[in-house]
Amino acid sequence: MQTSTSWRSFRMAAWLGWLIESNWTDPFLFTVYSIVKPLSGAAILVIMYGIITQGNFDSPLFPYIYLGNAFYIYVGAVMTGVSWAVVDDREHYKTLKYMYIAPIYIPIYLLGRGVARFITGSIAVFITIAAGVLFLKVPLHFTEIDWLLFIVTLILGVIMLALLGLLLAGVTLTVARHEGFIGEATAGALYIFSGAVFPLDILPEWIRPVGYFMPTTYWLELLRRSLVGNVAQAFPTLANFSNMEILGILLALSIFFGVISIWVFRVCDRIARERGLIDHTTNY
Amino acid sequence: MNAVSSKYSHKDAGWRLFLKTIIARAYPRLIGQQREVSWMVFDVVMPMLAVIAYVFVYRALKAPEEYIGFVVMGGAMTAFWMNILWSMSSQLYWEKEQGNLALYIMAPNSMMAVLLGMALGGMLATALRAIAVTVLGSFMFGVKYEVTSYIQLFSVFMLAMAALYGMGMIMASAFLLFGREAWHMANLAQEPIFLASGFYFPIKSLPFWVAAGASIIPLTLGMDAMRQLIFPSGFQFGFMTVRLEILILAVMSVLFVVTAKMLLAYVEKIAVREGRITESRR
Repeated sequence: MQTSTSWRSFRMAAWLGWLIESNWTDPFLFTVYSIVKPLSGAAILVIMYGIITQGNFDSPLFPYIYLGNAFYIYVGAVMTGVSWAVVDDREHYKTLKYMYIAPIYIPIYLLGRGVARFITGSIAVFITIAAGVLFLKVPLHFTEIDWLLFIVTLILGVIMLALLGLLLAGVTLTVARHEGFIGEATAGALYIFSGAVFPLDILPEWIRPVGYFMPTTYWLELLRRSLVGNVAQAFPTLANFSNMEILGILLALSIFFGVISIWVFRVCDRIARERGLIDHTTNY
Repeated sequence: MNAVSSKYSHKDAGWRLFLKTIIARAYPRLIGQQREVSWMVFDVVMPMLAVIAYVFVYRALKAPEEYIGFVVMGGAMTAFWMNILWSMSSQLYWEKEQGNLALYIMAPNSMMAVLLGMALGGMLATALRAIAVTVLGSFMFGVKYEVTSYIQLFSVFMLAMAALYGMGMIMASAFLLFGREAWHMANLAQEPIFLASGFYFPIKSLPFWVAAGASIIPLTLGMDAMRQLIFPSGFQFGFMTVRLEILILAVMSVLFVVTAKMLLAYVEKIAVREGRITESRR
C-alpha cells in the first residue's frame, strides 16, 4: 500500500517533533518538566482564589477558573507547537531549507510537528484536572459528563488551535526578530479575551466584543458545560445560548479562522520564498 | 600609523581592566538593548498580559484593592526574574553556542568582571522595563501607593537586586555545566518560581516552611518587604519584619557573589583542563 505524501509528512513530523521535545533529558526529568509547569500555573490561581474566598472551593466560580485554566494549556501547547517548529528548524537546527526541498507538504509537516506538544499538553491537562478533582473538590462526576459533547468539542478545538498555529507559523516565516514571542504573545492575549480564568463580563464593556469573536471563548465554555453542566451555565456571559448554539458558533468561527489561517500561511510562505527567508538565520 | 599604534600600545591591567570589562559588558545591555525598541515593547507587553489576567481574576473574586497593587508589583518584578533566567543564567550557554565563550575565557580580562558587567547592565536595563510595567499597570488599574520609609525601600530594592544578580551569576556557571538542558531549565524555572515566590499574592499565604524555603530566591523577601513598605495595609501581609528581611538579603548578597566567584573559577578550571566546556553540542 502506498502511503500518501500528506500522511507520511504528518507521521514523520510528529515522530521528529516527539524526539526533539523529549530527548534532551532522561524520562524522569522530562515527566517532571511536563507536569510541574502547568501545575504551578494552576496552583497560582488556586492560591489566589483560596486567599480571597478563604478556602470556599464550593463556589461555581472555582471550577470555572480551574477548568478554563486547565484546558487553556492546549492553546499554548498546540498553537506554539506548530509555529515554534519554524523557529526550531530555521534558527536552531538550520534544517528548514532541507524540509522545503524534501518531498513533503510543508503545512502538513508543521502541523505534525505540533503533535508532540499536543501529547505533553494532554498529559498536563489530565494531571491538572485530576489534581483538581482529587484535592480541590472540582465537581466532576464521570457519570454526569456529556462525553459526546466533550469529545466533539475537544477535537474541533484542537483542529482550530492547530490551524491558528499554522497562521502563526506563516507570520513567523516572514519575520526575523521576535519570532519566538509571537506564539507566546498570542496565547497570552487569548488568555485574557477568551474568558479562560474569569467571565468575559469582568472585562471593560468596550473590549468584550474581541472576546465574543474568539473561537476559544466558545470552546472553553463548551468544555466546561460538557464536564460540569449547570455549574458552567450559571455565568451570564453565554447563559442565553444552548449547547448546540454555542457548538454552531464554534464550528463557524473555526471554519472562518481555519480558512484565514491557510490563506495567511500561503501568502507568508510565498513571501518567505521570494525574499529568501527560508534559510534566513539571524542568531537574534 | 604611530597614532594608532600608540593608542593601542597602552594595556590596562588590574582593577582598571576589571572596571573597563564591567563597563564594556554592561554597555550592550544598557545602551544596545535600548536601541532595539521592539524588545522594549515585548518586554513590557508580555508581563502586562499576565498582570491584566491576574488583576481581572482578583476583580472577579471581588478582592480588596491591595491585591491589584500586589499583582502590578509582582508583574513588574517578573521582568527581573526573566532577565536572570534568560540573560544571565543562560547567557554563557548562548555564548558557547555562538562561539564567543572561548574568546571570553582566552581574553586577559576576568570572567567575574564579565558576569558583573552582564549583571549591572541587565539590572539597569530591566529596571526601565519594570518601571514601564509599574507605571502602565498603576495607570490602568488605579493602584495607590503610600511609602512608609524611602530609605528602607531603597535598601530593600538594592539588596534584593544585588542578591538576585549574585544568584544569576551562580546560575550562569551552573547552566553552562547543564549543557543543552539549560534552555529547558530556564523555561522550567518560571511558573514554579512565580508560585513559590509569591509574585501575585502575599508569600505569607503559603505554609511557613514553604515560604521559608522560597526565600532562597531573593525576590521572595524583596517583594514581601516592598509590599509592606509601599501599600497602606501592606504590613498585614508581611512574612517577616522588614528589618529582618533587609538583614537576610544583605547576607544573601555577599554569599551569592562569593559563591558565584568560586563556581566560575571551577568552570574556568574545567575549560582549561578538559577543553570541553566551550564545545558546542546541539
